[in-house]
Amino acid sequence: MLNLALQVGKTSTPESVLFWILGPACVLAALAMVMVKKAVHSAILLASIMITLAIFYIAQDALFLGIVQVVVYTGAVMMLFLFILMLVGVDTSDSLTETIPFLRPIAILSSLGFGGLLITLIGRATLGHPMVGLSEANADGNVPALSQLLFSKYVWAFEVVSALLITAALGAMVLAHNHRVSARPTQRDLSIARFRTGSLATAAGLPNPGVYALHNAVDVPALLPDGTPAAASISAMLEARGDVIESLPFQLPAKGEDE
Amino acid sequence: MNAANYLYVSALLFSIGAIGVVVRRNAIVVFMCIELMLNASNLAFVTFARINGNLDGQVVAFFTMVVAACEVVVGLAIIVTIYRSRRSASVDDASLLKR
Repeated sequence: MLNLALQVGKTSTPESVLFWILGPACVLAALAMVMVKKAVHSAILLASIMITLAIFYIAQDALFLGIVQVVVYTGAVMMLFLFILMLVGVDTSDSLTETIPFLRPIAILSSLGFGGLLITLIGRATLGHPMVGLSEANADGNVPALSQLLFSKYVWAFEVVSALLITAALGAMVLAHNHRVSARPTQRDLSIARFRTGSLATAAGLPNPGVYALHNAVDVPALLPDGTPAAASISAMLEARGDVIESLPFQLPAKGEDE
Repeated sequence: MNAANYLYVSALLFSIGAIGVVVRRNAIVVFMCIELMLNASNLAFVTFARINGNLDGQVVAFFTMVVAACEVVVGLAIIVTIYRSRRSASVDDASLLKR
């Protein structure tokens, strides 16, 4: 029989109420995050998990970390995730077909085994002392105590981390910078290309869209001298979207039909 | 409530994140699962700091957050670069080294 009772000490009743509400919610949100299909929904669920963890930190006397969690993770990191999602395209949905056979059952089984291992390990460990609590360490405030530690014992790690931050910022700039493979075409190059390639009929530019008494916009084709609409006067993008209006209702009736 | 329950939640979140990293194909979702694993370890650090009564665990969790922020910045830049050249954010498509 499993013996999951690492007795490290009791917490106060309000904290246990908080835990039993937020803990299951957090785990459920994590499960949903792995299972939902759309990346945006995953991001929202991850943000909710991070806020829950921030509340856990504050409940465990880590006030500074709780606030940093909200500011850095739910503020900056999740913002960055959503921004990149927008940039890369929300509609690049995850294909749920398995490319490696039996990957999913194997992954779930091994992760369950790993989690079970961790949990039984935690449950069976003994620390040799009851929970101390942070009331003594936080006697003159969490932030002063943390900064005392950060700038004395961990000052070297702090400096190294600052170098890492600068390197990461530089690396992101280098990666995001795309340089042109060929030189940007000048106006002269464009002009030469217009006359050398294609027909001379469009060298002076494509015809304008139609201008009618009742309608004057880019979504109606102009008329050729013989009365047929000119396909070249409409943007190909508008045509692909199906936003082109027939020019017929705006045309004047031909003279023969009038009388 | 037993204070070790936070550790159990942390272990659960870590293994769920591990499932996500292996199962999901979208590189951004894989990245989010890695963030979940880092957060789970942070929760364990904070809980152990409280159990042991000193703030070293909180300082380490703080450093983890900084390193995670760096990792997100560089990783997302790599994803954007790959997306720009291959028009895909799936981790299965980036397999040039295999051939």
